[in-house]
Amino acid sequence: MSCIEAHGLRKTFGTTVALAGIDLKVEEGRILGLIGPNGAGKSTALNAILGLVPYEGELKVLGRNPWTERDALMRDVCFVADVATLPRWIKVSQVVDYVAGVHPRFDRARAETFLARTTIKHTSKVRELSKGMVAQLHLALVMAIDAKLLVLDEPTLGLDLLYRKQFYDTLLNDYFDHTRTIVVTTHQVEEIQHILTDLMFIDRGRIVLSCSMEDFEARYTEVMVNPEHIAAARTLKPIHERQVFSRAIMLFDRVNREQLAQLGEVRTPSIADLFVATMGGTNAQGLAA
Amino acid sequence: MSTPSSTMSESAPTTMSAGLPTTRPFIWSVRRELWENRSLYVAPLSVAGVILFGFVISVIGLARHGKEMRAALTPDQLASAIVLPYDIAAVAVIVVSVIVGFFYSVNALYSERRERSILFWKSLPVSNLTTVLSKAFMPIVVLPTIVFGVTVVLHVVMLLLNTAGRAVAGTSVSELWAHVPLFQMEIVLLYGVATLALWHAPIYSYLIFVSGWAKKTPILWAVLPPLALIVVEKIAFDTGYIGRLISYRLSGSFDEAFSLPTRTPLRAAVQNHAAHGAHHPVQMPAIPTVGLGQLDPLHFLSSPGLWLGLLVAAAFLAGAVWLRRTREAI
Repeated sequence: MSCIEAHGLRKTFGTTVALAGIDLKVEEGRILGLIGPNGAGKSTALNAILGLVPYEGELKVLGRNPWTERDALMRDVCFVADVATLPRWIKVSQVVDYVAGVHPRFDRARAETFLARTTIKHTSKVRELSKGMVAQLHLALVMAIDAKLLVLDEPTLGLDLLYRKQFYDTLLNDYFDHTRTIVVTTHQVEEIQHILTDLMFIDRGRIVLSCSMEDFEARYTEVMVNPEHIAAARTLKPIHERQVFSRAIMLFDRVNREQLAQLGEVRTPSIADLFVATMGGTNAQGLAA
Repeated sequence: MSTPSSTMSESAPTTMSAGLPTTRPFIWSVRRELWENRSLYVAPLSVAGVILFGFVISVIGLARHGKEMRAALTPDQLASAIVLPYDIAAVAVIVVSVIVGFFYSVNALYSERRERSILFWKSLPVSNLTTVLSKAFMPIVVLPTIVFGVTVVLHVVMLLLNTAGRAVAGTSVSELWAHVPLFQMEIVLLYGVATLALWHAPIYSYLIFVSGWAKKTPILWAVLPPLALIVVEKIAFDTGYIGRLISYRLSGSFDEAFSLPTRTPLRAAVQNHAAHGAHHPVQMPAIPTVGLGQLDPLHFLSSPGLWLGLLVAAAFLAGAVWLRRTREAI
C-alpha cells in the first residue's frame, strides 16, 4: 500500500485554483521534499492530505480518506504545520501530559529523553521559550509519537541556522527508520537535500517535477563550461544557463556525464539550482536565501 | 460528522488500541480547558474571598453593636437579616460565574484559531466532536460544579465565623443556626445552579457557535445580532417578542424551577419600598429561604422552554463541530 495516493486532487478557493488536479504517489519509507514558490499549492496539498480541508478528486492516505476518516487517520499521522503552533499559554509539563493523555502511540519516556538534551525547563510556559526552543519542544513531542506518516510544513521557518541543522539531523538520526514516511516543505532546500529520498516541485497548483533523488542525481548535471566550449555546450540544449564570475554555468537534463566532462567542470546541481532552472527567475525569490 | 471513531475512543479506548496505553481524550480536553482558562475557578474563588472579607467586617461590627441593632428589628426582619449575607454570597458567586461562562464560551473556538494552536490540537487524535463537547462541558457542567463547591465552602466558613462572632458577643448561637438551615440551603443551591445551567445551555452553545464562526471580535458578533433583531422588531412591528424571549432565556429558570408565592419577589420588594416611602428600607427577598417544598422539578422538567432550549443547544453545538472541522486558523 502506498502511503499517499492521489488522482486528480483538486482544490479551489472561489475562482483561485490552488491545486489543479494533481496525481501523486508516495511509497512508505520515503522522505519527500515538496518544493515550490509561495502560493504554489504546497500547503493546500498538505492540508488535504491531513484532512484539514475538503477537496475534489481521489485521495488516500494510509488507505483512508483523510476528510471523512480524519479521526482514525490522526492516530497514524502526525504533523508540524508551522513553527509556533504550540499554544503559548501552556506549560511544557502540561503539553507532555496532554499528548500522553490523548495519543495512544505517544512514548513519554522518549519525549523526556529528547527534552533532556535541550535546555527547556518543564516549568516554563511556551511563551517564555525562544522560537528555536519551541521548535525543539514540538519536535520532541512529534518524534515520541510512533506515527506512520509525518508531515512537516515549513517546520524551521524563522529559526537560526544551528537550530535548523539540528532539527533535521535529529529527525534523520533519531526518528527516520525506513518504515516511516516523511513529507516536508521548506524554502531552505539546500538544508534538506541530503536527507530526501524523493523530490517534487509544485508550481501554480501543478506538479512540474517528480523524481527520486537517485534519478535526480542521474539525470541532472551542472557544468561550469570552459569559455572555448560554450557554443558546443549550447548545442546539447541546457535547460538553464547562468553566469557566475563571468563563467557560464549550464544545467543539463539527461545528457551523458562523460560527454559533459569534456566541456568543463561537472557536478550534481543543488535542488535550488534545479528549482531556479525549472521555475524561472521571478518565481524563485523565495529560494534566494 | 465523524462520530463513530471518536465515541468509540472514549467509551472503549482499549478496543481501538489494544496493547497501547489507554487514552481519554475527553477528560484530558477538559483538563486542558482548566489549564488555559483559570478564570473558571479563580473568579468564583476571588468573589468568595471578597465576600468573606466583607463578612468578617460585618461580624466584627455585629459582635460590637449587634444588641442595639437587634432591638430595632421585628422577628421577621431579624430572621431575614441573619440569612441575607448567605443569600447575597450565593447570588454573587452565581452571577460572576455566569459572566465568566459568557466570556469563556465566546472565546472557546476563537482563541485557538487566532493563536493558530488549532493546528497543533488538530494534529492529535482528538475529534472535533470531543473538542466542542469538552468546551460546552465547561460552562454547563464544570462551572456550576465549581460554583456549588465554592459556595458550600463559603457558607460553612461564614457560618463558623458567625458562630464565633456570636459566641464572643454573647448573642444566641442557636438562633443563628435556626435561621441558617445550611443543609437545606445547599440543596436549594444545588438545584438552582443545576437548573440555571440547563436553562442557559442554549446561550453558551450559541456563544460557542459564534466563537467558531467569527473572524474577529466574536463578542460583538454574539451580542449585536440579537440587539439588532430587537431594534428591527420594535421599529417594524412595535412589538417586543424577541426581547422578552431573550430575557426569559436569561432569567426564566427561577420561575420555571421554583414555585414561589410571589413570582417576582424582588419587584414586590421594590414596590413595597415605593409604597412605604424612601425611609423604609428595601427588604431583600431571601431566595434560599425558599423551602425544599418550593423546589418544583416536575414543573421545570415539563417546561417546554427547557426542552426547546436543549434542542437549540444541540443544534448550535452540531454547528460548532462543523465549523471547527471546516474553519481554518485566522
